[in-house]
Amino acid sequence: MIGVRPSALKESKPHEYLMRFIFGGVCTAAAGLIAKKFGPGVGGLFLAFPAIFPASASLIETHEKRRKEEAGLEGTQRGRDAAAVDAAGAALGAIALAAFAGVVWQMLEGRSAVWVIAAATAVWALTAVGAWWLRRTLVHVWARKRRVASAARGVLAKR
Amino acid sequence: MVEILLRFAIGGVVVSLFAIVGDIFRPKSFAGLFGAAPSIALATLGLTVAHNGKAYAAMEGRSMILGAAAFCMYAALVSWVGMRWKVGALKTTLALMPVWFVVSFGAWMLVRATQ
Repeated sequence: MIGVRPSALKESKPHEYLMRFIFGGVCTAAAGLIAKKFGPGVGGLFLAFPAIFPASASLIETHEKRRKEEAGLEGTQRGRDAAAVDAAGAALGAIALAAFAGVVWQMLEGRSAVWVIAAATAVWALTAVGAWWLRRTLVHVWARKRRVASAARGVLAKR
Repeated sequence: MVEILLRFAIGGVVVSLFAIVGDIFRPKSFAGLFGAAPSIALATLGLTVAHNGKAYAAMEGRSMILGAAAFCMYAALVSWVGMRWKVGALKTTLALMPVWFVVSFGAWMLVRATQ
């Protein structure tokens, strides 16, 4: 189930928020400069640059590790696993990012830019959530099939 | 210079907001979606339309599809390597960053060559 945990915000330290702001700002400014120097073809690629992905993945790993170690558990591996799961989600988000870009490409000319960008954002959100739900459903179906097959093998072995 | 500073400020705010939204959602796989939010695009498209026009911004949108495909491959690879080889997140994400450059620029050159 999807849930919200606002207390997670307390886990990030002020310098971590500052780091994200600076990374985000630098990457956005750089994307503009690259587009100005090399044109919209190359500049457009950088609109989908994984700007703060390494920093975010590292923070997720650190927070998860800290949380587990505070609970007296081994944290290193849990931290790495959490970052890997987060990256799987980002891969689905990137599919939605392509849908966002497709809407901008196909609809922007001749229409209100504000409405097209709003529509593209809505398409991103719907595609991202849809892809996540589909993956989750498929993973559950596959896991159930494996459990049933494993149980059947156990019954046959007993006979 | 003013435009660069404006892009820096707007980009910093938008990227931070999406990162905060990603922080509060559970499970991790769902929160990860926000790691690939259109934060840079949202921060810059308005300015691009204002300064260079809609046709220019639409061209950026076309290339962005290739960048997003490269992001998808990069993130999937980061996840796979993280699960399989149990390497630290920062090392994995930085070591695999060339994947994004190779795939996005390779796809862009391929598209250009076929036109």
